[in-house]
This record gives sequence, structure tokens and C-alpha cells, in this order.
Amino acid sequence: MSTEVKAPEGVKLPIYMDNHATTPLDPRVLEAMLPYFGAKFGNAASRNHSFGWEAEEAVEQAREQIAKLIGATAKEIIFTSGATESNNLAIKGVAEMYREKGNHIITCATEHKAVLDTCKRLEKYGYRVTYLPPGKDGLIDLDDLKRAMDDKTILVTIMAANNEIGVLQPIEQIGALCKERGVLFHTDAVQAVGKVPIDVNKINASLLSLSGHKIYGPKGVGALYVRRKNPRVQLTALIDGGGHERGMRSGTLNVPGIVGLGKACEIAMNDMAEESKRLTALRDRLKNKILAELDEIQVNGNMEHHLPGNLNMSFLYVEGESLLMGIHEIAVSSGSACTSATLEPSYVLKALGLGDDVAHSSIRFGIGRFNTEAEIDYVANKMVDVVKKLRELSPLYEMVREGIDLSKIEWQAEGH
Amino acid sequence: MAYSDKVLDHYSHPRNVGSMDKNDPNVGTGMVGAPECGDVMKLQVKVDEATGIIADAKFKTFGCGSAIASSSLATEWLKGKTVDEALAIKNTDIVNELSLPPVKIHCSVLAEDAIKAAIGDYKKKQGAHKPAGETVAS
Repeated sequence: MSTEVKAPEGVKLPIYMDNHATTPLDPRVLEAMLPYFGAKFGNAASRNHSFGWEAEEAVEQAREQIAKLIGATAKEIIFTSGATESNNLAIKGVAEMYREKGNHIITCATEHKAVLDTCKRLEKYGYRVTYLPPGKDGLIDLDDLKRAMDDKTILVTIMAANNEIGVLQPIEQIGALCKERGVLFHTDAVQAVGKVPIDVNKINASLLSLSGHKIYGPKGVGALYVRRKNPRVQLTALIDGGGHERGMRSGTLNVPGIVGLGKACEIAMNDMAEESKRLTALRDRLKNKILAELDEIQVNGNMEHHLPGNLNMSFLYVEGESLLMGIHEIAVSSGSACTSATLEPSYVLKALGLGDDVAHSSIRFGIGRFNTEAEIDYVANKMVDVVKKLRELSPLYEMVREGIDLSKIEWQAEGH
Repeated sequence: MAYSDKVLDHYSHPRNVGSMDKNDPNVGTGMVGAPECGDVMKLQVKVDEATGIIADAKFKTFGCGSAIASSSLATEWLKGKTVDEALAIKNTDIVNELSLPPVKIHCSVLAEDAIKAAIGDYKKKQGAHKPAGETVAS
């Protein structure tokens, strides 16, 4: 679509609004990391000279910063290469360690692939996995969870915040239920940490995964919280070697990355309250501006229990990829099949009971620390403009306007 | 995904967008695809009764940029052709003209199907419309 909506002064294109995929590095984080790429190059495991001590000190400071953000103690933080590894270590590590106790794991259909595919692999090794279906609003039903638990259940793994639809699962209640039943509770908190308050004791988490690059830190570094008491959680390591990280994760520590992750957590800790207010206001501004101008919009996911910066909308009767083409100077994501490698529409939206057609029409906005109100206004105007133009092109929108029920039509679909 | 300049041009300036009266006996309407597959094309042709030549063509498409471009291009090509010439348009012609990548070939297939459906609808209407025994060609 030709661009009739011009960027106002002060808005620089392209605009990055895909902060669930990754976040830009905060300049304060970069500054903290830089010395560890240079003069402070020591190996944190070198115990007999100042280079090693310097690196170790930096790593321990980062451990404190991370622990503080989630209400843990420093000794409970294990460094990893990112949340995919953290999730793998948590789930496979528990599965192997507690094999004699049971072989049943409970998760949710809308988890990240790092959790779902890990569970699927365990199924091949004889574990049983229950995939709880979420409700239409994306939240799991605690009664479903209760019913799914049996005497062989060793682990419940439910994410804190969903990466596509931004809903916050009732992790406090889930944790309480797990504690009551003596089941370990892991939460993939990648999208939630640093965005909403999380306290591992309040939510009774046994394990918690987090990542650097979702909180304005560097890529390639993450952490796994592993509870040390009430009860102590044990893991079988995935990576064997020098016995780093109390034997749970061998491999020389990524000192610059860890320093960056620590700094990112410290900033999040200080800024979270204010930042979440600001992002919620920006999110609502974007939503309201779009809803004021366009009909036939569906907002996906429970908006009450929601991440501040997330907005997932289906622009009905407009296909997602063509929408992205029209707003190519704005970086967002779509649930459309055409934008995915598998040519399948978003499994998260489908798990909510949305039809493929609604999933095809969805856009995920991920508003972050560096987005401005002027950018929000530009994005809202641009969305309205492009959707209106594409709807002029849409035979479906035309039919709906004429009062035709699309569900009653026999479509001549190809095999695809 | 990188789009060819021609796809971008059709997407930014789609040709012949619109709808014609589907009850007009000289208008043939084809609608192919399905919303759950992510693409639906509606293509219409209006045939000049006297000459048998497609005088006008219109489309509306729900789908990706390549689907929009394929149907937009189809309407351009249809105008001025006879019904039989129109049926000779192949999806590979569209693929070549728009430099569609392999994952987008189904868009061109859909456009060919839409052309065939529109012409088929026109022929059906003409058959029902004309008194028995009369031949369309002269």
C-alpha cells in the first residue's frame, strides 16, 4: 500500500516494535559489559590469580543482581546460554533426577517450543506428558491442573507470561497447588522477568528460566533459578565437563554476557514500576486508537492479566502477511502462516480456539523501553490506513458487509 | 521475505480492484480459495456480447502480497482477450512475470483457478441464457 501516512518529525524509521522477539541492548548494559571484552578477560574459574578473581567477582555480582530481581539467593542462580537451555536443563534435568519418583509432567499447549519440544522428546523416552488446553482467554484452568495431577506427577511447567498473546498465567496459585501436592514447579519466565514483579518464594517456584536479550541485555546468556531449600531441587546436568555452576552446567562462563545480564536485571529492578506504567499506557493508547477507527477487530488474550507492552490483535478479513507488507517500516510479528517457516498459523492462537482465518489476520505488537508516544501514534495511523486499504481489496470484508455469513459458504479450497 | 519489484508494484497499486454485478448475464464470477488457508480470490470478467471479448475484469483478494499481485496481474491480462484466450493463461506465466518464489506458486495456481472459475460461470450463464440450439460462436 502506498504510504500516505507520513512519519512525523522525531520518528525515525524503521520502528522496532517486536520486543518479545528480542530487545535492543540498553546502552548502560553495553557500558557495563565492555571492560570484560577487553582488559578484564579472565576466566572466572581461574582461582589462583587476579585475572580470574576479577572475572569471578563480576560473575558473583551479576548473580546477586539477578537473584535480587526474582527474590532468590545468589547460590540459586545457574548461568546458561539462554532460556532455551534453561528450559531444557530444568525439564530434562528434573525428569532424569526424579525418574524413580514418577514419570508424569504437566505443561500447557501454549508454552514456548523450548518447553513443548523438550516435553515431546521426553515422551519418546517413556515419560507421560499432559498438555493442558488454555481457555479462550489464554489462561489455564486450575481445576484442569488439579485433575491432571496424579501420584506419578513429578513436574509442572507453566510459563509466567506468554510470548505471543502476553497473558500472565496464575503462577502464584499454580505454585501453591504444586507445593501442596509435593510436585516441582518450573516456570519459563522469559517474557515476565523484569516486566512484572516475580518473587520465587511468593510463587513457590522450584525452577525458573530467564534470558538476557528479552530484558535489554545481551543475547546468548540466560539463567536458571534452582531452589536450594524447602525443598532443595536437584538436577541431572545436560552438559558434562569441568563441573562449573555447582556441577549443573559445565562450560567456561560467558563473563561479559553474565555481567550484561546482571546489569539488565539491576536496571529492570529499579525501573520496573515506572516502566510498566508507561508501557501499559502506550499499549492502551495503541489499542484504543486502532479500535476507534476500525471495526471487525479482535483483541487476543486476557487483557486483565497481561504484560504491559504486549498487544495481539486480529484484523479480520485481512491477511497478516499482506498487512506486514503494508507496514514494512514497522517491525512487528504476525500469526499468519505465510510468515512462519512451517506455513502453519500460530499454534498459540489456534490453542485459544481461534480459527485459522483469525490467526492468519493477527499482528503482535511488542512495545518496549525505547518506544515513544510519537511512534505509537504513527503505528496506529499506519495500521488504520493499511487495514482500510486492504479491506477495500478483501472479498471477505465485502461479503460480511453484505450480511453474508462466511461460515455458511462452501469454499473451493485447494489442498494446501 | 524479499518481494520482486513487480509484486511490490501490484501490491502498492493494485489494478482493477472492485466488483461487478454478479447477476449480469455478461458477467462471470469466480471465487476460489478459503479463509482458513489464508487466501480467497474473487475474479470477475465482463464479456462484450457483440465481440466475445473480455471488456472488463475486476478482482478482490484476501491473501498475501503475492496472491494480491497474481490476481491483479490476471485482471490486466484478461482485458481484451477472448474467452478462449483467457483460458490459455497458465499459472506458470504468472510465476514468470512476477518472479514468484517456490513457496508462492500456489498463489499463481489460485489465480489460474479463479480465471477458469470466472469464465466457467460466464459460460454457464450464457448456456442457460441462450435459447437451446443456438451456438455461441458464429
